[in-house]
Amino acid sequence: MAKTAMPEEKVEPSYLEVSTNKHKKGILSWILSVDHKRIGILYLFSMMAFFTVAVIFGFLIRLELIAPGRTIIDAQTYNQLFTLHGIIMIFLFIIPGLPAVFGNFFLPIMIGAKDVIFPRLNLMSWYMFVFGGLFAVASMLLPGGSADTGWMFYVPYSVRTNTNVLPALIAAFILGFSSILTGLNFITTIHRMRHPDMSWFKMPLFVWSLYATAWIQVLATPIIGITLALVGIERLLGVGIFDPALGGDPVLYQHLFWIYSHPAVYIMILPAMGVVSEIIPVFSRRSIFGYKFIAFSSLAIAFFGSLVWAHHMFTAGMSDTAQFVFSFITYVVSIPSAIKVFNWLSTMYKGSIKLDPPFLYVMSFIVQFSIGGFTGLMLGALSLNIHLQDTSFVVAHFHYVMFGGTGFGIFAAMHYWLPKMFGRMYNLKVATWAWGIVTVGYNMLYMPMFIMGYLGMPRRYFDYLPQFQPYHVASTIGSWILIIGLIIMFTNLWIGMRKGPKTSMNPWGGETLEWKIQTPPILENFHEVPDIHAGPYDYSKYEAKKETTK
Amino acid sequence: MSSTDQAVLQHGHRDDYGSRMGMWLFLFTELILFGGLFIIYAVYRYMHQQEFHMAAQELNTTIGLINTIALLTSSMTAAMSITAMQKGNIRFSKGLIWITIGFAFMFMVNKFFEWSAKINHGIFPGSKDLLAKPDGEILYFGLYYVMTGLHTFHVIIGVIFFLFILRQIKQGKIHSTRYVRLENSALYWHLVDLIWIFLFPLFYLIH
Repeated sequence: MAKTAMPEEKVEPSYLEVSTNKHKKGILSWILSVDHKRIGILYLFSMMAFFTVAVIFGFLIRLELIAPGRTIIDAQTYNQLFTLHGIIMIFLFIIPGLPAVFGNFFLPIMIGAKDVIFPRLNLMSWYMFVFGGLFAVASMLLPGGSADTGWMFYVPYSVRTNTNVLPALIAAFILGFSSILTGLNFITTIHRMRHPDMSWFKMPLFVWSLYATAWIQVLATPIIGITLALVGIERLLGVGIFDPALGGDPVLYQHLFWIYSHPAVYIMILPAMGVVSEIIPVFSRRSIFGYKFIAFSSLAIAFFGSLVWAHHMFTAGMSDTAQFVFSFITYVVSIPSAIKVFNWLSTMYKGSIKLDPPFLYVMSFIVQFSIGGFTGLMLGALSLNIHLQDTSFVVAHFHYVMFGGTGFGIFAAMHYWLPKMFGRMYNLKVATWAWGIVTVGYNMLYMPMFIMGYLGMPRRYFDYLPQFQPYHVASTIGSWILIIGLIIMFTNLWIGMRKGPKTSMNPWGGETLEWKIQTPPILENFHEVPDIHAGPYDYSKYEAKKETTK
Repeated sequence: MSSTDQAVLQHGHRDDYGSRMGMWLFLFTELILFGGLFIIYAVYRYMHQQEFHMAAQELNTTIGLINTIALLTSSMTAAMSITAMQKGNIRFSKGLIWITIGFAFMFMVNKFFEWSAKINHGIFPGSKDLLAKPDGEILYFGLYYVMTGLHTFHVIIGVIFFLFILRQIKQGKIHSTRYVRLENSALYWHLVDLIWIFLFPLFYLIH
């Protein structure tokens, strides 16, 4: 189906050939373009570059841990590597991943608009992203050594260490600002730029999830901005804010840090849930089950997710009442997440399922996200938390949610939408193999961390007792399998993008607006917006056919 | 709603309602940025009530009051400049913007003298005199410098906004039927004013 290139009636020059500015070709026609699709692609490539670097760091961390004691790097380098791995993965890959790449590209198309409402601001967000990324790189390369605080920059250590904490703080601050501007742009675009026929409940669920995400970006990110700025000021000028030597309270820093950073995990996961909600109906040929529940559960996650931050700090010193309340709300957040999972599964019921690569990644997402979610509840239980806090169980938990969930969501989105973005299809067989290898490697990498964490292996430790070695070896071998899978996957996507067979307008049979326009899309997306009276997931024709054949 | 929708139809990408909405969202982020500082202030003042009270005695309430009046008045002139622009009186509108900028400079000059006086008395971050004081007072002055400093930074940004507006009025990009940028700059200025209205009692009027 996908490989048979259907000749289109008349192919107009796409956005890949026509830019918004006077430069016809070359780098300037890209980095000065305010076209939302070109900006999405700028994000895609800059993000992938940072992702590659952070994967290499992760690989080195795992390699170091294959045997107790020093293996390939010393303890200080190890601390710096896991710090950079965290900062880059979180601020430069997962947070911008889906909204800035696929949100930028598809949000305007999905709501029947020609662009976002503030196109120049959109381009500025990308420049801030790059600029922030450069500061992160600078913190690695400048003399003094890169930051060794962990991505959380906990005081007092982050105020006192002699490494390059300041450039890393500035990087996070600028990247936060970039994220705010993207969120602000999306909220206003969704409110103001929808096609008159596109009512709120006809919006695709990816748009709903971006909407919920954008509100968190706008309302939570300033807190991390000011908090990190204060740490920077404290380092630079010695102003007493958090440092206990000057009367400050480090636990207050932790509160402020998590007031942002917990909602931030929902900035990361919500768009991935939106991608899943797009892909499942298409590959099951079924209308989505419980559209409004999925839409509102995104908003519920955004709301309750903002009230649970202190569950990261149960052992940091808090009143029993506060612990009880935060633990309770943590359990409440799991309800809207579970609503989504059940609705996805119900959508597949009696569907006509096609196991193409995007759907396979979504399957991995559901299983891995569920494991991540359940272990999150274990950590949210006060009694168990004391046992598991600061063990590799926590590391496994958030990698299951962030990588097994969001990371796989990004891979699913790539396999689903890249053919639309570049008009060429990758090799489906290779993609399926890559999915298998990535999934096996991934689970082999993180599953042992649950077990050894439960047995008492602390997180972030350079050295460990010999009894943990079998788990570490399994985990490290898993990392090799994962990286082989990733290389196959990205090579396949890259070759497909460059040389793959041309695809049709709608290779997967989607019903949302992006599948009803030319592939690759033209500069302003539409000459005339297609009919949108039916709603985003109208598969009634397939469903009716099945009823009659029964 | 219908009038703005018509404006969209007539002018293609122009959407004044959307621009204002974007500005309001940005103002939310600014409020929350300062909100983080207000939380820190609340926690530390709760922990060190007596010392915050003692430290506040060092500030000059008169200068603070003059600055409050300056900012409040400038907010009024900023709002008036929009009305003047709506009525097509561009010269008057420009004059009012210049007065607003004038008040902003008055505020900053006062702030400069206030800070220099503090620094001359040896009260600045990391100084020996300050470190000799109890924890609560170190925190108070830390917050004083950070919060008023960040606020003054916003005053400077506001002035830059208004200078851009003046240039665009000169270029004819802002006129009696197209003034959303002036409105947005004035909104920003009101925010700067609003935050000061909270900073003034929190630092100067503790009893």
